[in-house]
This record gives sequence, C-alpha cells and structure tokens, in this order.
Amino acid sequence: MGSMKHTQLVVVGNGMVGHKFVEALVQQAAPEHLQITVFGEEPRPAYDRVALSSWFAGTTVEELTLPEPGYYERHGVTLFTDEKVDRIDRDTRRIHTTSGRTLAYDTLVLATGSFPFVPPVANGDAAGTFVYRTIDDLEAIAAWASRGGVRAGAVIGGGLLGLEAANALHTLGLDTHVVEFAERLMPVQVDEGGGRALRSRIERLGVSVHTARATSEVVLGPDRSVAGLRFADPAHGDLDVQLVLYSAGIRPRDELARSAGLAVGERGGVVVDDELRTNDPAIYAIGEVALLQGRIYGLVAPGYDMARTLAANLVGALDTEGTTDHRFTGAELSTKLKLLGIDVASFGDSFGKAPGARCLVWDDPVAAVYKKLVVDEATGAVTGGVLVGDASAYATLLSMSRGDLPTPDDPSPLLLPAGSSDSALGAVGVTALADTSTICSCNNVVKGQICSAVADGCHTMADLKATTTAGTGCGGCQPLMKDLLQHELTAAGLDVDTSLCTHFAHTRAELYSLVRFHGHRTFTAVLANHGHPGLTDGCDICKPTIGSILASLGEGYILDGEQSALQDTNDHFLANLQKDGTYSVVPRIPGGEITPNGLITIGEVARDYGLYTKITGGQRIDLFGARVEQLPEIWTRLVDAGFESGHAYGKALRTVKSCVGETWCRYGVQDSVAMAIAVELRYRGLRAPHKIKMAVSGCTRECAEAQSKDVGIIATERGWNLYVGGNGGLRPQHAVLFAEDLDDATLIRYIDRFLMFYIRTADRLERTASWLNKIEGGLDHVRSVVMNDSLGIADELETDMANHVASYECEWKATIESPERVSRFVSFVNAPDAADPHIVFVEERGQIRPARPEEKPPAEVPVLLGAGAGAMP
Amino acid sequence: MSAVTEPLLDLTEPTIAAENRSVSVCAVDLLVPGRGVAALIDGQQVAVFLTEHHGLFAVGNHDPISDTNVLSRGITGSINGEPVVASPIYKQRFSLRTGICLDDPAYAVPVYRIETIDGMVHVHVVS
Repeated sequence: MGSMKHTQLVVVGNGMVGHKFVEALVQQAAPEHLQITVFGEEPRPAYDRVALSSWFAGTTVEELTLPEPGYYERHGVTLFTDEKVDRIDRDTRRIHTTSGRTLAYDTLVLATGSFPFVPPVANGDAAGTFVYRTIDDLEAIAAWASRGGVRAGAVIGGGLLGLEAANALHTLGLDTHVVEFAERLMPVQVDEGGGRALRSRIERLGVSVHTARATSEVVLGPDRSVAGLRFADPAHGDLDVQLVLYSAGIRPRDELARSAGLAVGERGGVVVDDELRTNDPAIYAIGEVALLQGRIYGLVAPGYDMARTLAANLVGALDTEGTTDHRFTGAELSTKLKLLGIDVASFGDSFGKAPGARCLVWDDPVAAVYKKLVVDEATGAVTGGVLVGDASAYATLLSMSRGDLPTPDDPSPLLLPAGSSDSALGAVGVTALADTSTICSCNNVVKGQICSAVADGCHTMADLKATTTAGTGCGGCQPLMKDLLQHELTAAGLDVDTSLCTHFAHTRAELYSLVRFHGHRTFTAVLANHGHPGLTDGCDICKPTIGSILASLGEGYILDGEQSALQDTNDHFLANLQKDGTYSVVPRIPGGEITPNGLITIGEVARDYGLYTKITGGQRIDLFGARVEQLPEIWTRLVDAGFESGHAYGKALRTVKSCVGETWCRYGVQDSVAMAIAVELRYRGLRAPHKIKMAVSGCTRECAEAQSKDVGIIATERGWNLYVGGNGGLRPQHAVLFAEDLDDATLIRYIDRFLMFYIRTADRLERTASWLNKIEGGLDHVRSVVMNDSLGIADELETDMANHVASYECEWKATIESPERVSRFVSFVNAPDAADPHIVFVEERGQIRPARPEEKPPAEVPVLLGAGAGAMP
Repeated sequence: MSAVTEPLLDLTEPTIAAENRSVSVCAVDLLVPGRGVAALIDGQQVAVFLTEHHGLFAVGNHDPISDTNVLSRGITGSINGEPVVASPIYKQRFSLRTGICLDDPAYAVPVYRIETIDGMVHVHVVS
C-alpha cells in the first residue's frame, strides 16, 4: 500500500457533487492511499445550493457550508478555493490554474457543474438582471433589491429552480412574478392538472404567474437599468419590474473538457460511460457536467450517486487490483420537493406514457390539491403519479410503483385527503393509523407494508420482523407492531396469540395476577407453575418481564440471588447501555431542583472521569462514556455527596419535571416544585411495564409540559388537575384530564391507584398511553376503578404502593456498600483492571464521543476453534 | 445498524490447530447461573456463560451486529431447546452451541471449547 500513497487525484470543482465525492473517498479511508487535491473557483468551500433560497430567510453561509470547518485538512485533502483550473495537458497529465499553478495527476475528476442558461432577450445583460446559482449571486440580488425604487421582480423560468428563485424574491419582500414559456409550471415534473393546482397555490401566496409567455426584451429605464419586462406578444403588456432573475435551465460547464479535446455531446456535457470515465481513461466526470447515455442529470441525488459510484470504484481499484464493479445505471428521477412551502412530487411513469396506463385523478380546486395515480390496466398496479399540495402518500405510492408494495384492489382511497382516517385518531390506537403512517422510522416501514405481510402469512413478530425489517433497528416500534399484528389477525378471524413468549401462554397482566395471588418469589417457581410443561429455562423476554413483576411486588434488591439473571444489562449494571458498549450515569435530581454544590459535585465527577455531559429533556444531567469498572467508583462519589440512583436505566419512574411554581413565578398558583419532589420521592424506583414520566406545572401556562407525561399535574386556584396517559415518542399523545381540583391527599391517592392498576394490567413494554387506548372500557373504566373503586381493589392497590414506598432503597447505595456486589463490575473477569480496548473516543465540541467505525483501529477478529459443546461444570 | 453482512466465521480455517491451548479464566463458583462474564485471552475477548441447565459455554464477546464487545452482558435462555444469549444492544439472539445468530443467520460469533478442571473454568483458544 505504501507505494500507492503517491497516487495523485485531482478534483476540479468543489460544488455539492465534488464535495460528496471527496466525502465518499474519506469514508472509505481512501486518503491513506491517495494524495487528493481539490480546486474550486468560488471563494468558499462547497455549500448547499439546493437550499440557497433559505439564505434570504436568515440561514447563514456557514450554515449552508457543507464541510465542517477543518474537514479537508483533517483528512489530508488539499483544497484551493478561488482558483480555477483553466487547462488540462493530457499528454503530460498536468493541470494548470489561473493562479499559475501546475499540478501532475494520475487521475482527474471533473465536477465542474453547470451554469444558468440565459435566454436570448434584448438588453438581457442590463443592470438589475441576475442569475441564481452562487452565494455571490444571492448577495448581488439582495443588494439590488434593497435599492430605493426596486419594488417588483420577475423570474424567467417556472421550473423547479425558477420557483426556488421566486421564493427568494418573495422572501425579500418584492412583488414577485414568475414567467414560464410552457403552458404550465414545472412542465418536466407535473402534468396539466398538477400545474393548475400548483399555480393556484402559488397565486394564493401573492406571487403572480404568467405561463405561455415568451420574453422578448428587458425594458430599460433612464439609467439603463431594468425598468420592465416585455413579451413577444404585445397584447400581454409590459411587466413593471425593476429586477430580473434568469432561471431557465442549466448548461454543463464543459469548456475545460472541450479545450482538452475530450469527447462532448452535441448539446454539451462530457461524455462518460457507466463507470463515469471519459474517453481518456485517466479522466472522469460526475454531476451536472457528465453526459451519460445522452442525458444530463440536473438534480443533486443522481449527482451524489455518481460521486459514490466513482469513489467506490477508485478505492476498489486501489485495494483489489482493478476490481471495479460499481456502475451508474441511470438515476431514479422520482422527486418530492417543498417549493414555496408547497408539496410537489412526481414518481415513476408520472405522465402515464406506458402502453395500458390508466389514470385515477383527485382534483380539488378549492383546497388546490391535485393527485394523479397512473395504474396499469392489466395488472392494476400503481406505476407512477403526480402529487401537488399534499404529498403525504409519496413514500407508499413510490413503493407501489417500484413493486415493493402491492397495490390494493381498489386504489382510489389512496387519493383521499391525508388525515381523513388519521383525524379519527383520538384514543383508539393503532387501528386508526393511515396505511401510509410510518411504524418503523429506522427502516422506513409503513403500516400498509406490515398489514400486507400479515395477510401474506407472517403471524408472529419474528416473521414480521424478518419480512418487513420493521422493529429491527432501535426496536421502539415493536409494541406498535405487536398491536397491529394482533388487530390484523383478529380482523382476519384468526386465533390471536397473546403468549408472552415461547415459555408462557399467559399475558404479562395474567402473570402479574398469578405471581401476586400465589406469592411466588422466584422465576423458577413462576416457570415451574405457570410455564409450558417441561421447560427449565426462560428467555430474554420472559426473564426481565417476571423480574420486573417481582420488583413491582417489592422483592427488594434486584440483583441478589436468582433475580440477578433476570435483569437486562441496564438493570444488571444499574446504568444505561450506549451504542459503543459504555454506560451512562444519571443521578436523581428530584423535581429538577439542585443546589450549586450538587451541580459542582456532578461537574467534578464528570470532569475527573472524562464523561460526556448532557442536560436531558427531563431536567436531569446525563454523564456518558463510563466503562463498567468505573461505575462503582463514580457512584461512590455521587452517593457520598448525597445523590442516589436516578433509575434512568429501569422500566421505572424516570423523572418528575417541574416549573419553578408560585414561589418565584409571578403567575404560579401552587408550589409545583415541592409537589414534584414529593411525588418523585414517593414513586422513585417503582418498577413498571415500561418507563413512567411525570411533570408538575404551577399554573395553566403549563411550562413543565405535564400534558405530555404519563402522569401530569397542573395547579389550579383550588388545588390540582390530574392528567394521565400522555406520551411523546413515535405517536405523540396528549394526556387526558382525569380529575379536577384535587387536594394533595386525594391527588396522591388517585396516582397510587392509577399507577398500580397500570402495573397490574398493562402488557410488557406498554406505556400508559397505549394501555389506556386498549384497555376494555377505556378511560371511563379506569376512572371508575380509581375514583369509585368499581372493582373493589382500591385497598389492594394502595397497599401494594405503600409496600413499595416502605421497601424502597437506593440500588446504588446498596451496591457500593457490598464488596461482593461491586466485584461484578469488571470488563474482564480475569483482568479486573483492564479496559475494553475496543472502546475508543474522539473529541468533539470539547467533549468525548464514541469513535465512528472509520475512526477506530481495526478490531481483532477472533480465530475459530471449532464448535464447542456444553460441558457441565 | 450497520449493514455489514460478511460472516465472521472463516470455515476454511483448520478447526483444531497444533498450538491449541487452554487458559484458566476464573473459578467456576464465581459464575452466576444464567449470566456471563467476559475474559481477555491474548487480546481475544471471550464471553463465558454458566447456563442454568445446559452447563458452560464460551463464545466471542464481540457482537458483530452492533460492533461492540457486549455479548457477555446479555440475558441467556433457550429457544426451542437451543441455549442462546441475547445481545444487550439490539437483542438478536445467538446460539451458545453454534454461535449462529437465530434472528439473522448471516451473522455468527466464534465458539470456544470450555471445561472445568479442578474447579477452574478453562477456555481453549488458538494463540
């Protein structure tokens, strides 16, 4: 490899695609093999050209800039800005720049992009005319627009870029006109109906639209600057504008390639093959300058694809002696955009040109929403479409057009307004979600895909996960998937399997009752009495579930005896496992109230152990990056300073957030901080089917956001209002008002009963929100149980809670007081002082963060010794 | 989750090598039934488990799906009689007998021979 370090790679152009190319090389660790030099003619590094119009709304150049400061230097890439390459000498393989620099190359990549096409109009270069491509252009436009007398501007070109440019003028406060030569706006992407809806929406914003107009002349004022726009047909009259922006398409910047004698297309563009190679094997072209199979791709996504393809090939060629099997085979031109705040999407065979294509159209001129589905007459499958004004179904429809998702027998409901089924989503849970609602956001799986998979025979969670990939990322959507699975199976008349896992036929709620009734105290006893016959072992589902039930029923320290083997890693190490195998530490800060000395202690611990420190959403301080063997030392210091476990690792009460309340606040009517502390100390350590969050607000302004919590308490003039069942997360849900104007004692009694009833009856990993959505009888039932004791169990619920409160102890205090318990906290049993060498941090913004894979030394791959057999000790 | 798919098992390697040796890692009494510990053996990380009913097992500590050394901290159990450990990161289950991932057989972890000699747990490695 050493001999390859001198391979010289020169990139001409530092636009979005040129930068993406460098980034792709860096990601594949190519700079070790290559000396990369980049030339950009603009005075600044690459920036996000697609978001240019946001500059007028206040986005800064720094925010638009793509590379982080120092990115190129850090990766050993040399970037020359404000320096244009003006000649390629292919015989000697050298480039020459306008600053007189000469550089040899082994491989040359042209990413010179395009320039705006200015249509031939008289006085087309008058002062006050601009193109819309670079930040320099924007600065010039803004300067001109701020001149006295500049009231109105026209954009020539009503395509995608033209509408972006119109957005810019509109943001600058000018009367804005869009002039388009074709019969409709965005003629390349949308059909006539779509163009009509788009026009209607744009006109409602106050932007004037003129279609089917050919511009003939820029009218000059006395100072020979823009004073108007004249059309070829005099019947149309002049437009009274003082600024003209050209956005009528792009042309490839191929002059450098042309002068070097490379092959170019008739209408411009450097000819490349599907490996992006020009007719000179040492020279490649990517992005808007590349002409592939007679086509220029003027969108950023295909440009990025080209950049990645070429980077993979160049790195592959270096690593494996010439294996270059990545090819750019033409891009997906389906697009979804937000232009002037309006959703526009087109996908697949959007114009219905294929034989047998039939169209289904929803055209609502009142709402200015237009949707067209192209359906194949023979198969009934969606093959393309156009969406204007509401593109919420884009992901689903695109999946259908690609054949990834089956088209329903009757596709017409797919065109109905978004939310027509979503709007029914009060408290009825997963059944009310639209088919297009995302269930798994990690893998972008929508409800419709999961329902189809169930219909195709996936009747278990394992099958569903394997078939749809939903639930295989962070796993947060699994309860939602399970609900959906059960609902679909019930609807299909199939037996619903509510078994907890393969070891128990019971639900969690049933097991809770059984454990409570029989007084079981161990997992072995529960399995022997209630598990499937003959089983001697549980699994990673039933073990923690039963561990949690035993803990809820007051079985004491969770890591002693057999209980130890039931806890998942968070509970086992009393800390939150992070993605790199380290843990985070959260001391309890009841109600979010902390003394300066407390803050200093936490700061000192974080500093001494080099922990990444972050304020959480629940008014806590989270310290990240602790290794297993550090946890007891860290907690010894925290416990000595008076802190206790924050239970951030448990399916338990997490936090009670509060506002400052009537003590300080001019508007507060009750002492919300004191109530929050009292509630937090009462329910701390309470194990539950899932985490529990609470908040207390001192007045109806609700600064503690109590209505998004499992239990929310809001002060009134006469006491407290109690809210339950709020939830953030994937499906945010407001808490519902449960009872009003309660005194302190009644408030606590109701919360005791509510929480214990939830712990008794909820399913595994079910938050209060979904529990309330699903429980038979709904909120009214829960209210009558809690407030009117309709089941006659109120005393039991209160007794169970009283037992919890009485038996609470800080798990960390109990741990560090026992040398035997502390001895478990080692990375290696045979090397207690060694740290895992695979845990590597890098510094970012003055703190540590886990190293990304490319930043780590390669892991040692263990050697296989052949299959082992279990041996009894 | 990264999309690494190459299996870590190289089946062309000789299964028993001449320099094969066994290393004592800890007393068997130290192990908690149902839980694991990690051992560091010549730079290799090995997860050692004492299961409640299937005895001792040793597999690689490295979870190939999350690229972290955490398998020793997973919950053990059995799925249709197969002894398994569930990765604590994304919960995929690996057979303790074969090392193969039950949720995605494209992944596997190495398996080591393990035995108890005079009350000490010994792991067989190639070094």
